Amino acid sequence: MTKFFKTLAISTALLAASGAVFAESHAAMSPEDAVAARQTHMKLLGQNMGVLGGMAQGKMDYDAAAAQAAADALVENAMIADMAKFPEGSDSDSIATSRALPAIWTNFDDFTAKAEACTVAATGMQAAAGQGLEAVQAAMGALGGSCGSCHETYRKPK
Amino acid sequence: MGKLLTSLGALALVGLGTAWMLTEPDPLPASSIDGLIGDPERGALVFAAGGCASCHAAPEADDQTASHLGGGRRFETQFGTFIAPNISSDPVHGIGNWSDLEIVNAVMRGVSPEGAHYYPAFPYSSYIRADVADIVDLAAYLRTLPAVATPSLDHEVGFPFNIRRSLGGWKLLFLNEDWIVQTELDAQETRGSELVEGLAHCGECHTPRNILGGSNTSAWLGGAANPSGDGTIPNITSGKLDWSAEDIAIYLESGFTPSFDTAGGEMVHVVRNMAKLPQSDRDAIAAYLKAVPPVTQ
Repeated sequence: MTKFFKTLAISTALLAASGAVFAESHAAMSPEDAVAARQTHMKLLGQNMGVLGGMAQGKMDYDAAAAQAAADALVENAMIADMAKFPEGSDSDSIATSRALPAIWTNFDDFTAKAEACTVAATGMQAAAGQGLEAVQAAMGALGGSCGSCHETYRKPK
Repeated sequence: MGKLLTSLGALALVGLGTAWMLTEPDPLPASSIDGLIGDPERGALVFAAGGCASCHAAPEADDQTASHLGGGRRFETQFGTFIAPNISSDPVHGIGNWSDLEIVNAVMRGVSPEGAHYYPAFPYSSYIRADVADIVDLAAYLRTLPAVATPSLDHEVGFPFNIRRSLGGWKLLFLNEDWIVQTELDAQETRGSELVEGLAHCGECHTPRNILGGSNTSAWLGGAANPSGDGTIPNITSGKLDWSAEDIAIYLESGFTPSFDTAGGEMVHVVRNMAKLPQSDRDAIAAYLKAVPPVTQ
Protein backbone atom coordinates (compact mmCIF):
# COMPACT_ATOMS: atom_id res chain seq x y z
CA MET A 1 0.00 0.00 0.00
CA THR A 2 2.82 2.39 0.89
CA LYS A 3 4.33 1.76 -2.52
CA PHE A 4 1.01 2.62 -4.10
CA PHE A 5 0.89 5.96 -2.31
CA LYS A 6 4.51 6.69 -3.24
CA THR A 7 3.76 5.99 -6.88
CA LEU A 8 0.70 8.16 -6.61
CA ALA A 9 2.67 11.00 -5.05
CA ILE A 10 5.34 10.76 -7.72
CA SER A 11 2.90 10.64 -10.60
CA THR A 12 1.04 13.55 -9.04
CA ALA A 13 4.24 15.56 -8.87
CA LEU A 14 5.08 14.63 -12.46
CA LEU A 15 1.67 15.61 -13.64
CA ALA A 16 1.83 18.90 -11.78
CA ALA A 17 5.19 19.55 -13.42
CA SER A 18 3.87 18.67 -16.85
CA GLY A 19 0.89 20.91 -16.14
CA ALA A 20 3.26 23.79 -15.46
CA VAL A 21 5.04 23.13 -18.73
CA PHE A 22 1.74 23.04 -20.55
CA ALA A 23 0.65 26.24 -18.87
CA GLU A 24 3.77 28.04 -19.99
CA SER A 25 3.58 26.83 -23.53
CA HIS A 26 -0.16 26.32 -23.93
CA ALA A 27 -0.29 28.48 -27.00
CA ALA A 28 1.73 25.74 -28.65
CA MET A 29 -0.34 22.86 -27.22
CA SER A 30 -2.45 21.27 -29.90
CA PRO A 31 -6.11 20.52 -29.14
CA GLU A 32 -5.25 16.81 -29.40
CA ASP A 33 -2.55 17.18 -26.75
CA ALA A 34 -4.94 19.17 -24.59
CA VAL A 35 -7.53 16.40 -24.71
CA ALA A 36 -4.94 13.76 -23.83
CA ALA A 37 -3.58 15.90 -20.99
CA ARG A 38 -7.07 16.50 -19.58
CA GLN A 39 -7.89 12.82 -19.66
CA THR A 40 -4.68 11.90 -17.84
CA HIS A 41 -5.41 14.63 -15.34
CA MET A 42 -8.92 13.29 -14.74
CA LYS A 43 -7.58 9.76 -14.19
CA LEU A 44 -5.20 11.09 -11.59
CA LEU A 45 -7.95 13.02 -9.83
CA GLY A 46 -9.92 9.76 -9.88
CA GLN A 47 -7.03 7.86 -8.26
CA ASN A 48 -6.80 10.32 -5.41
CA MET A 49 -10.58 10.40 -5.07
CA GLY A 50 -10.38 6.61 -4.94
CA VAL A 51 -8.24 6.72 -1.80
CA LEU A 52 -10.60 9.11 -0.04
CA GLY A 53 -13.76 7.50 -1.40
CA GLY A 54 -12.52 4.00 -0.61
CA MET A 55 -12.12 5.05 3.01
CA ALA A 56 -15.42 6.95 3.05
CA GLN A 57 -17.24 3.90 1.69
CA GLY A 58 -15.54 1.54 4.15
CA LYS A 59 -13.73 -0.36 1.40
CA MET A 60 -10.37 0.42 3.02
CA ASP A 61 -9.37 1.42 6.54
CA TYR A 62 -9.14 5.09 7.35
CA ASP A 63 -5.51 6.24 7.47
CA ALA A 64 -5.04 9.91 8.31
CA ALA A 65 -1.68 10.28 6.56
CA ALA A 66 -2.82 8.58 3.35
CA ALA A 67 -6.04 10.60 3.33
CA GLN A 68 -4.09 13.81 3.79
CA ALA A 69 -1.67 12.94 0.98
CA ALA A 70 -4.56 12.23 -1.39
CA ALA A 71 -6.39 15.43 -0.44
CA ASP A 72 -3.22 17.51 -0.84
CA ALA A 73 -2.75 16.02 -4.31
CA LEU A 74 -6.33 16.88 -5.20
CA VAL A 75 -5.82 20.53 -4.26
CA GLU A 76 -2.57 20.67 -6.16
CA ASN A 77 -4.28 19.35 -9.27
CA ALA A 78 -7.64 20.99 -8.78
CA MET A 79 -9.47 21.99 -11.91
CA ILE A 80 -8.88 25.70 -11.76
CA ALA A 81 -5.19 25.12 -12.46
CA ASP A 82 -6.25 23.33 -15.61
CA MET A 83 -7.89 26.04 -17.69
CA ALA A 84 -4.91 26.20 -20.05
CA LYS A 85 -5.80 22.68 -21.10
CA PHE A 86 -9.11 23.90 -22.55
CA PRO A 87 -8.03 25.63 -25.77
CA GLU A 88 -10.62 26.38 -28.45
CA GLY A 89 -11.01 23.52 -30.86
CA SER A 90 -10.66 20.80 -28.23
CA ASP A 91 -14.42 20.17 -27.95
CA SER A 92 -16.33 16.96 -28.66
CA ASP A 93 -17.45 18.20 -32.09
CA SER A 94 -13.86 18.88 -33.16
CA ILE A 95 -12.05 15.87 -31.69
CA ALA A 96 -13.49 12.37 -31.64
CA THR A 97 -11.98 11.34 -28.31
CA SER A 98 -13.06 14.54 -26.53
CA ARG A 99 -16.16 14.55 -24.35
CA ALA A 100 -15.90 18.26 -23.59
CA LEU A 101 -19.12 19.77 -24.96
CA PRO A 102 -18.91 22.92 -27.10
CA ALA A 103 -21.09 24.61 -24.41
CA ILE A 104 -17.90 25.03 -22.36
CA TRP A 105 -16.64 27.66 -24.76
CA THR A 106 -19.97 29.48 -25.07
CA ASN A 107 -20.28 29.64 -21.24
CA PHE A 108 -16.63 29.87 -20.30
CA ASP A 109 -17.31 32.09 -17.26
CA ASP A 110 -19.74 29.59 -15.81
CA PHE A 111 -17.36 26.75 -16.62
CA THR A 112 -14.54 28.58 -14.83
CA ALA A 113 -16.80 29.28 -11.85
CA LYS A 114 -17.63 25.58 -11.59
CA ALA A 115 -13.94 24.69 -11.79
CA GLU A 116 -13.33 27.18 -9.01
CA ALA A 117 -16.07 25.52 -6.92
CA CYS A 118 -14.22 22.23 -7.42
CA THR A 119 -11.08 23.82 -6.01
CA VAL A 120 -13.04 25.11 -3.00
CA ALA A 121 -14.44 21.61 -2.39
CA ALA A 122 -10.96 20.08 -2.71
CA THR A 123 -9.65 22.60 -0.19
CA GLY A 124 -12.51 21.59 2.12
CA MET A 125 -11.38 17.99 1.80
CA GLN A 126 -7.80 19.02 2.52
CA ALA A 127 -8.94 20.53 5.81
CA ALA A 128 -11.07 17.46 6.65
CA ALA A 129 -8.80 14.64 5.56
CA GLY A 130 -6.77 14.37 8.75
CA GLN A 131 -9.77 14.89 11.05
CA GLY A 132 -11.16 11.38 11.01
CA LEU A 133 -13.41 9.18 8.91
CA GLU A 134 -16.61 11.12 9.53
CA ALA A 135 -15.02 14.38 8.40
CA VAL A 136 -13.84 12.69 5.18
CA GLN A 137 -17.30 11.25 4.57
CA ALA A 138 -18.89 14.67 5.02
CA ALA A 139 -16.42 16.39 2.69
CA MET A 140 -16.84 13.67 0.08
CA GLY A 141 -20.42 14.72 -0.69
CA ALA A 142 -19.46 18.30 -1.51
CA LEU A 143 -16.51 17.16 -3.55
CA GLY A 144 -18.58 14.70 -5.58
CA GLY A 145 -21.23 17.38 -6.06
CA SER A 146 -18.67 19.77 -7.51
CA CYS A 147 -17.41 17.15 -9.96
CA GLY A 148 -20.98 16.34 -10.92
CA SER A 149 -22.03 19.94 -11.53
CA CYS A 150 -19.54 20.20 -14.39
CA HIS A 151 -20.16 16.71 -15.70
CA GLU A 152 -23.89 17.42 -15.71
CA THR A 153 -23.69 20.35 -18.10
CA TYR A 154 -20.40 20.13 -19.92
CA ARG A 155 -19.55 16.48 -20.52
CA LYS A 156 -20.96 14.53 -23.43
CA PRO A 157 -22.45 11.14 -22.56
CA LYS A 158 -20.13 8.45 -23.93
CA MET B 1 -68.19 0.81 -61.47
CA GLY B 2 -70.40 3.14 -59.49
CA LYS B 3 -71.19 0.24 -57.20
CA LEU B 4 -67.49 -0.52 -56.73
CA LEU B 5 -66.78 3.10 -55.83
CA THR B 6 -69.64 3.07 -53.36
CA SER B 7 -68.28 -0.11 -51.80
CA LEU B 8 -64.77 1.31 -51.65
CA GLY B 9 -66.12 4.51 -50.14
CA ALA B 10 -68.03 2.56 -47.54
CA LEU B 11 -64.97 0.48 -46.76
CA ALA B 12 -62.85 3.62 -46.36
CA LEU B 13 -65.44 5.07 -44.01
CA VAL B 14 -65.46 1.88 -41.95
CA GLY B 15 -61.66 2.00 -41.91
CA LEU B 16 -61.58 5.60 -40.78
CA GLY B 17 -64.25 4.91 -38.19
CA THR B 18 -62.27 1.95 -36.87
CA ALA B 19 -59.09 4.04 -36.76
CA TRP B 20 -61.00 6.75 -34.92
CA MET B 21 -62.28 4.27 -32.35
CA LEU B 22 -58.91 2.56 -31.95
CA THR B 23 -57.12 5.83 -31.35
CA GLU B 24 -59.62 6.92 -28.70
CA PRO B 25 -58.08 7.66 -25.27
CA ASP B 26 -58.48 4.76 -22.86
CA PRO B 27 -58.51 6.18 -19.33
CA LEU B 28 -58.79 4.15 -16.15
CA PRO B 29 -62.30 4.03 -14.67
CA ALA B 30 -63.18 5.98 -11.52
CA SER B 31 -63.42 2.69 -9.63
CA SER B 32 -59.67 2.21 -10.00
CA ILE B 33 -59.05 4.65 -7.15
CA ASP B 34 -61.92 3.47 -4.92
CA GLY B 35 -60.98 3.65 -1.26
CA LEU B 36 -57.57 5.21 -1.89
CA ILE B 37 -56.58 8.24 0.18
CA GLY B 38 -53.34 9.95 -0.77
CA ASP B 39 -50.53 10.12 1.79
CA PRO B 40 -48.28 13.08 0.91
CA GLU B 41 -45.32 11.71 2.88
CA ARG B 42 -45.30 8.49 0.89
CA GLY B 43 -45.97 10.61 -2.20
CA ALA B 44 -42.67 12.46 -1.67
CA LEU B 45 -40.85 9.16 -2.22
CA VAL B 46 -42.94 8.41 -5.31
CA PHE B 47 -42.05 11.90 -6.56
CA ALA B 48 -38.34 11.16 -6.11
CA ALA B 49 -38.56 7.69 -7.66
CA GLY B 50 -40.49 9.08 -10.64
CA GLY B 51 -37.97 11.87 -11.19
CA CYS B 52 -40.80 14.41 -11.71
CA ALA B 53 -38.68 17.45 -10.79
CA SER B 54 -35.92 16.48 -13.22
CA CYS B 55 -38.15 17.53 -16.12
CA HIS B 56 -40.80 19.81 -14.60
CA ALA B 57 -38.64 22.15 -12.50
CA ALA B 58 -37.60 25.38 -14.21
CA PRO B 59 -34.50 25.05 -16.43
CA GLU B 60 -32.46 27.20 -14.04
CA ALA B 61 -33.70 25.43 -10.89
CA ASP B 62 -31.24 24.56 -8.12
CA ASP B 63 -31.68 22.22 -5.16
CA GLN B 64 -33.83 24.77 -3.32
CA THR B 65 -36.21 25.44 -6.20
CA ALA B 66 -36.37 21.91 -7.60
CA SER B 67 -39.87 21.51 -6.13
CA HIS B 68 -41.18 24.57 -8.01
CA LEU B 69 -42.73 22.73 -10.91
CA GLY B 70 -43.39 25.58 -13.32
CA GLY B 71 -41.93 23.67 -16.27
CA GLY B 72 -40.15 25.18 -19.26
CA ARG B 73 -37.29 22.72 -19.80
CA ARG B 74 -36.85 22.01 -23.50
CA PHE B 75 -36.20 18.54 -24.87
CA GLU B 76 -34.99 18.48 -28.44
CA THR B 77 -35.73 15.16 -30.12
CA GLN B 78 -35.96 13.79 -33.64
CA PHE B 79 -39.74 14.35 -33.50
CA GLY B 80 -39.54 17.99 -32.45
CA THR B 81 -38.96 19.99 -29.29
CA PHE B 82 -41.04 19.11 -26.25
CA ILE B 83 -41.39 21.69 -23.50
CA ALA B 84 -42.16 20.42 -20.02
CA PRO B 85 -45.47 21.89 -18.81
CA ASN B 86 -46.30 23.49 -15.47
CA ILE B 87 -47.44 20.77 -13.02
CA SER B 88 -47.31 22.99 -9.93
CA SER B 89 -50.32 23.42 -7.66
CA ASP B 90 -51.30 26.65 -9.44
CA PRO B 91 -55.04 26.30 -10.27
CA VAL B 92 -54.76 28.20 -13.56
CA HIS B 93 -51.35 27.35 -15.03
CA GLY B 94 -50.65 24.14 -13.12
CA ILE B 95 -52.70 21.16 -12.01
CA GLY B 96 -54.05 22.57 -8.74
CA ASN B 97 -57.64 21.84 -9.74
CA TRP B 98 -57.11 18.30 -10.95
CA SER B 99 -58.78 15.36 -9.19
CA ASP B 100 -56.88 12.25 -8.11
CA LEU B 101 -58.39 10.36 -11.04
CA GLU B 102 -57.31 13.03 -13.51
CA ILE B 103 -53.74 12.89 -12.20
CA VAL B 104 -53.73 9.07 -12.25
CA ASN B 105 -54.90 9.05 -15.88
CA ALA B 106 -52.36 11.67 -16.92
CA VAL B 107 -49.48 9.75 -15.33
CA MET B 108 -50.49 6.16 -16.03
CA ARG B 109 -52.40 6.48 -19.31
CA GLY B 110 -51.04 9.66 -20.88
CA VAL B 111 -54.55 11.14 -21.10
CA SER B 112 -55.34 14.75 -20.17
CA PRO B 113 -58.43 15.76 -18.16
CA GLU B 114 -59.92 16.96 -21.48
CA GLY B 115 -59.35 13.51 -22.96
CA ALA B 116 -56.41 14.33 -25.25
CA HIS B 117 -53.32 12.14 -25.65
CA TYR B 118 -50.03 13.33 -24.21
CA TYR B 119 -46.80 12.84 -26.13
CA PRO B 120 -44.73 9.91 -24.85
CA ALA B 121 -41.88 12.31 -23.98
CA PHE B 122 -43.90 12.12 -20.75
CA PRO B 123 -42.88 8.58 -19.76
CA TYR B 124 -46.36 7.16 -19.14
CA SER B 125 -45.32 4.06 -21.08
CA SER B 126 -43.22 3.27 -17.98
CA TYR B 127 -45.55 4.83 -15.39
CA ILE B 128 -48.34 2.53 -16.66
CA ARG B 129 -46.67 -0.16 -14.52
CA ALA B 130 -46.91 1.94 -11.36
CA ASP B 131 -49.22 1.08 -8.49
CA VAL B 132 -52.36 3.27 -8.62
CA ALA B 133 -52.08 3.81 -4.84
CA ASP B 134 -48.58 5.25 -5.33
CA ILE B 135 -49.88 7.76 -7.86
CA VAL B 136 -52.71 8.82 -5.53
CA ASP B 137 -50.01 9.42 -2.88
CA LEU B 138 -48.03 11.39 -5.47
CA ALA B 139 -51.09 13.53 -6.21
CA ALA B 140 -51.40 14.34 -2.50
CA TYR B 141 -47.73 15.33 -2.39
CA LEU B 142 -47.92 17.49 -5.53
CA ARG B 143 -50.70 19.52 -3.84
CA THR B 144 -48.29 20.44 -1.03
CA LEU B 145 -45.78 22.01 -3.44
CA PRO B 146 -45.76 25.73 -4.25
CA ALA B 147 -47.97 27.23 -6.96
CA VAL B 148 -46.01 28.70 -9.85
CA ALA B 149 -47.82 31.06 -12.22
CA THR B 150 -45.71 30.34 -15.33
CA PRO B 151 -47.90 29.48 -18.37
CA SER B 152 -47.12 26.15 -20.06
CA LEU B 153 -45.75 26.50 -23.59
CA ASP B 154 -46.89 24.56 -26.66
CA HIS B 155 -44.58 21.83 -27.90
CA GLU B 156 -42.77 22.64 -31.14
CA VAL B 157 -43.69 19.58 -33.14
CA GLY B 158 -44.26 19.46 -36.90
CA PHE B 159 -46.63 17.42 -39.11
CA PRO B 160 -47.57 14.58 -38.74
CA PHE B 161 -46.56 14.38 -35.09
CA ASN B 162 -48.67 17.43 -34.26
CA ILE B 163 -51.84 15.39 -34.74
CA ARG B 164 -52.40 14.23 -31.19
CA ARG B 165 -55.06 11.74 -32.19
CA SER B 166 -52.34 9.75 -34.00
CA LEU B 167 -50.76 9.12 -30.60
CA GLY B 168 -53.64 6.73 -30.03
CA GLY B 169 -52.04 4.57 -32.72
CA TRP B 170 -48.66 4.88 -31.01
CA LYS B 171 -50.23 3.75 -27.76
CA LEU B 172 -51.86 0.75 -29.48
CA LEU B 173 -48.43 -0.31 -30.69
CA PHE B 174 -46.22 0.51 -27.74
CA LEU B 175 -48.21 1.08 -24.56
CA ASN B 176 -48.77 -1.95 -22.39
CA GLU B 177 -48.54 -2.74 -18.74
CA ASP B 178 -46.81 -6.12 -18.98
CA TRP B 179 -43.56 -6.53 -17.08
CA ILE B 180 -40.62 -6.56 -19.44
CA VAL B 181 -38.45 -9.10 -17.64
CA GLN B 182 -40.67 -12.15 -17.53
CA THR B 183 -38.30 -14.57 -15.81
CA GLU B 184 -38.96 -15.45 -12.20
CA LEU B 185 -37.66 -12.78 -9.82
CA ASP B 186 -37.22 -12.94 -6.05
CA ALA B 187 -38.83 -10.33 -3.78
CA GLN B 188 -35.90 -7.92 -3.94
CA GLU B 189 -35.55 -8.20 -7.73
CA THR B 190 -39.31 -7.72 -8.06
CA ARG B 191 -39.12 -4.46 -6.12
CA GLY B 192 -36.26 -3.48 -8.44
CA SER B 193 -38.39 -4.22 -11.50
CA GLU B 194 -41.22 -2.07 -10.12
CA LEU B 195 -38.79 0.83 -9.92
CA VAL B 196 -36.71 0.29 -13.06
CA GLU B 197 -39.56 -0.72 -15.39
CA GLY B 198 -42.09 1.60 -13.73
CA LEU B 199 -41.63 4.78 -11.73
CA ALA B 200 -37.90 5.33 -12.27
CA HIS B 201 -38.45 4.84 -16.05
CA CYS B 202 -34.80 3.85 -16.65
CA GLY B 203 -35.65 2.18 -19.95
CA GLU B 204 -36.77 5.47 -21.50
CA CYS B 205 -33.13 6.45 -22.03
CA HIS B 206 -31.20 3.19 -21.59
CA THR B 207 -33.24 1.14 -24.10
CA PRO B 208 -33.01 1.78 -27.85
CA ARG B 209 -36.08 3.01 -29.71
CA ASN B 210 -37.40 1.98 -33.10
CA ILE B 211 -38.11 4.43 -35.91
CA LEU B 212 -41.52 5.32 -34.41
CA GLY B 213 -40.05 6.00 -31.01
CA GLY B 214 -41.27 2.75 -29.45
CA SER B 215 -39.05 0.93 -26.98
CA ASN B 216 -37.10 -1.99 -28.50
CA THR B 217 -37.55 -4.26 -25.50
CA SER B 218 -35.52 -7.10 -27.04
CA ALA B 219 -32.49 -4.95 -26.17
CA TRP B 220 -33.94 -3.88 -22.81
CA LEU B 221 -31.50 -1.52 -21.01
CA GLY B 222 -28.88 -2.35 -23.64
CA GLY B 223 -27.89 1.27 -24.26
CA ALA B 224 -29.18 3.76 -26.82
CA ALA B 225 -28.59 6.98 -28.65
CA ASN B 226 -29.05 9.99 -26.38
CA PRO B 227 -32.72 10.93 -27.01
CA SER B 228 -32.03 14.60 -26.40
CA GLY B 229 -28.53 15.57 -27.45
CA ASP B 230 -25.15 14.15 -28.40
CA GLY B 231 -23.59 10.83 -27.50
CA THR B 232 -25.00 7.57 -26.25
CA ILE B 233 -26.62 6.35 -23.05
CA PRO B 234 -24.80 3.27 -21.72
CA ASN B 235 -25.79 -0.38 -21.67
CA ILE B 236 -26.55 -1.14 -18.01
CA THR B 237 -27.14 -4.87 -18.35
CA SER B 238 -24.51 -7.32 -17.14
CA GLY B 239 -23.59 -7.79 -20.81
CA LYS B 240 -21.61 -4.59 -20.49
CA LEU B 241 -21.75 -3.19 -16.96
CA ASP B 242 -19.38 -5.26 -14.81
CA TRP B 243 -20.00 -3.43 -11.53
CA SER B 244 -21.04 -5.42 -8.46
CA ALA B 245 -24.54 -4.92 -7.06
CA GLU B 246 -22.93 -2.96 -4.22
CA ASP B 247 -21.13 -0.70 -6.74
CA ILE B 248 -24.44 0.05 -8.46
CA ALA B 249 -26.19 0.91 -5.19
CA ILE B 250 -23.30 3.17 -4.15
CA TYR B 251 -23.38 4.93 -7.53
CA LEU B 252 -27.12 5.55 -7.24
CA GLU B 253 -26.61 7.13 -3.83
CA SER B 254 -23.34 9.06 -4.29
CA GLY B 255 -22.90 9.45 -8.04
CA PHE B 256 -19.43 7.88 -7.80
CA THR B 257 -18.48 5.08 -10.18
CA PRO B 258 -16.13 2.36 -8.87
CA SER B 259 -13.20 4.27 -10.43
CA PHE B 260 -14.40 7.51 -8.82
CA ASP B 261 -15.57 9.19 -11.93
CA THR B 262 -18.93 10.85 -11.29
CA ALA B 263 -22.33 10.75 -12.91
CA GLY B 264 -22.87 13.33 -15.64
CA GLY B 265 -25.68 14.70 -17.77
CA GLU B 266 -29.22 13.65 -16.87
CA MET B 267 -27.84 11.01 -14.47
CA VAL B 268 -26.92 13.80 -12.07
CA HIS B 269 -30.65 14.41 -11.59
CA VAL B 270 -31.34 10.71 -11.38
CA VAL B 271 -28.75 10.19 -8.64
CA ARG B 272 -30.12 13.18 -6.71
CA ASN B 273 -33.53 11.48 -6.79
CA MET B 274 -32.34 7.93 -6.10
CA ALA B 275 -30.38 9.19 -3.07
CA LYS B 276 -33.71 10.16 -1.48
CA LEU B 277 -35.05 6.59 -1.60
CA PRO B 278 -34.41 4.05 1.15
CA GLN B 279 -31.21 2.01 0.83
CA SER B 280 -33.35 -1.08 0.26
CA ASP B 281 -34.69 0.44 -2.98
CA ARG B 282 -31.21 1.16 -4.36
CA ASP B 283 -30.20 -2.39 -3.44
CA ALA B 284 -33.33 -3.68 -5.18
CA ILE B 285 -32.51 -1.79 -8.38
CA ALA B 286 -28.99 -3.23 -8.30
CA ALA B 287 -30.30 -6.77 -7.76
CA TYR B 288 -32.79 -6.36 -10.60
CA LEU B 289 -30.11 -5.05 -13.02
CA LYS B 290 -28.11 -8.19 -12.27
CA ALA B 291 -31.15 -10.29 -13.20
CA VAL B 292 -31.91 -8.52 -16.50
CA PRO B 293 -30.99 -10.61 -19.58
CA PRO B 294 -27.53 -9.40 -20.62
CA VAL B 295 -27.35 -7.43 -23.86
CA THR B 296 -24.01 -7.75 -25.62
CA GLN B 297 -23.23 -5.28 -28.34
